[in-house]
Amino acid sequence: MAALLWIVPALPLLGFLLLFLAGGRASRLVTAIIGVGSTALAALLTLALAAWFLHAGQPIVRATLWQWIGVGGFTAPIGFELDALSLVMTLVITFVGFLIHLYSSEFMQHDDGYGRFFCYMNLFVASMLILVLADNLLLLFLGWEGVGLCSYLLIGFWYRDAANGRAARKAFIVTRVGDTAFMIGLLLLATHLGTLDIAALMERAQSAWPAGSALPTAAAALLLGGAVGKSAQLPLQTWLPDAMAGPTPVSALIHAATMVTAGVYLIARTHTLFNLAPSVQLALTLIGAATLLLAAFSALAQHDLKRILAYSTMSQIGYMFLALGVGAWTAAIFHFMTHAFFKALLFLAAGAVIMRIDDEHDIFRMGGLKRELPVAFWSFLIGAASLAALPLVTAGFYSKDMILWGAWNSGPRGPILWGAGLLGALLTPIYIFRAVFVVFFGERHTAPSGRYGARIVIPLALLSALALTAGFVDMPPALGNVTAFSRLLDPILPARQEVPTAASTEAAVMVIAALTALLGVGIAWWIYGRRAAAPARLFGTRPALALRRFWLCGWGFDWLYDCLLVRPFLWLARINRADGVDAFYGLIAAASRLFNRLLSRTESGRLRRYAGWIAAGSLAAIAIAMFA
Amino acid sequence: MEGSVPLAHAWVLAIVLFGLGLAGLLARRNLVFMLMSVEIMLNAAGLAFITAGARWGQADGQIMFILILTLAAAEVSVGLALILQLFYRSASVDADSARSLRD
Repeated sequence: MAALLWIVPALPLLGFLLLFLAGGRASRLVTAIIGVGSTALAALLTLALAAWFLHAGQPIVRATLWQWIGVGGFTAPIGFELDALSLVMTLVITFVGFLIHLYSSEFMQHDDGYGRFFCYMNLFVASMLILVLADNLLLLFLGWEGVGLCSYLLIGFWYRDAANGRAARKAFIVTRVGDTAFMIGLLLLATHLGTLDIAALMERAQSAWPAGSALPTAAAALLLGGAVGKSAQLPLQTWLPDAMAGPTPVSALIHAATMVTAGVYLIARTHTLFNLAPSVQLALTLIGAATLLLAAFSALAQHDLKRILAYSTMSQIGYMFLALGVGAWTAAIFHFMTHAFFKALLFLAAGAVIMRIDDEHDIFRMGGLKRELPVAFWSFLIGAASLAALPLVTAGFYSKDMILWGAWNSGPRGPILWGAGLLGALLTPIYIFRAVFVVFFGERHTAPSGRYGARIVIPLALLSALALTAGFVDMPPALGNVTAFSRLLDPILPARQEVPTAASTEAAVMVIAALTALLGVGIAWWIYGRRAAAPARLFGTRPALALRRFWLCGWGFDWLYDCLLVRPFLWLARINRADGVDAFYGLIAAASRLFNRLLSRTESGRLRRYAGWIAAGSLAAIAIAMFA
Repeated sequence: MEGSVPLAHAWVLAIVLFGLGLAGLLARRNLVFMLMSVEIMLNAAGLAFITAGARWGQADGQIMFILILTLAAAEVSVGLALILQLFYRSASVDADSARSLRD
């Protein structure tokens, strides 16, 4: 079975190659069969691998294909490794990826770039699988850059609109900042520990570096920089809302379910290093807590449906970072899984709404679509409920509860972190149910056209089922005490040092979180469902409007970076248009041209003048020889 | 060595011959005369070699003179051939008319 591991990423890679070589000449049917089929096969193979993996008692499988780089004592193979963590990631990537491919085959039906779209999407899935299955950090970095490239290509998919190209460049450049830090981190690890093989690296780091010393702190901080860029966390979060310029299935797959969580995976994978650097882990916690609140407030003010979801993604990944920071590793991966399901569902449902009402993104121009688009309504509602963590019936509740409990139970800072998480848990239902009430209830502003085919309904139905039930694999002690997911990941990720607490405290924390979610839905209903007069009056006041503008532009980060980085750079480029360094070399060229002109004047073509010069020269030479 | 020509006279003769040749080379425009001036300069150099060889009683000076003689013969044949070619092309043996080669 282990020998089959490499086929999982190879399948979508093959699909990419076929579509790439076809160059858009293949018919839509063939394109869809290759594009969707390759991910479907990868998903089936992953399922078989998972069954075998669980049956065989969770062995750590390694399959080295060939040596990629060997210089001096340093080697990097093309090798894959399967353990519980990468298995969970692979399952989510292939399954959600397959469903989104299936959905896209209908969603993109009338697009000119049908072949190009599936070509990029397959390359993305292949890169993402390489990222999570790589057994060394260099190969992981290859996948990391591969998904970054695909993200760039797919954000700018509709390249005829210049704004989309700008959004794509922004995403690429901002994540490049993090990637540079990541690469420096890799070099640091490779030079000091002599290997990039993850297992060996963690072992050597553990034995060579004392906890809290400078080297592991620097390495962990650099890796954190890479993770922050890829996962759109503070301070490199500005690219994600603009990335919504891409087609909706792209937002669902890349900018919600998989790529943006690569940072979470990286940190979970190198958790040993982060354990050795408590200060970086604290920074990780604070970044997560700050981002989850910042993004949640921003989501409150958005009126573009996809941007609401983008800020919500940032906020949910903030939760995962918070969980990683407090050492609740399993909770972070659990939330990654449920988030992949419900956020992909939300994006696909949003896409289903948008495609039926003439590409309208503004929620205030929608309204009353509940009756017209029941499929989209129910799937969006289920996704929203899961995102809002409505108690008991949704997957999001269990994973978020695990994170909040982890935050509460993390020492002296716990209650503060828990409070931040709880505030986020209050804001989440408000912003997402705001969208639900505004889009699907109230009066209608648009007339939907067309209808859904099976390839849109089936992914929505399956993801709805997963968004509701995926949480049942791990439930808190008060609710049945199921620990299947934790037990799966326990051998890979270190167990938390839980402060012994009464079971009643944990139950109380859970009940408070549940009530908070319900309260949030109630507030959203009061403001946007019932359209009460008091909040409308409040929102009309001057400070409220100013605050709304501030949140709408994402706390002014774009403006800040524009002033601090973009403008000074453009100014430098402008004043240096003549190229100051080049002027020196220009001077040399000008001098030699001058001498050339002077010397070429001596070549007159008059023979006697030459003879005269020769005579004068000889005379001078003799004079120098005689008198000097 | 009674009755022989003093060395200084031979030196002066060689210098004068060389100066005459050089002056002719610089002043004349007719290529044939310029070639003859070059011959005079070569002979001046040959005379200087012979004199020096006689002064120090060595055969080197005479060897050099034979070399110069050969050189002069070769030079004249090539030079005359070039002058003939120039004459065929521009119906002139004026050195300045060869200026057109440069442009």
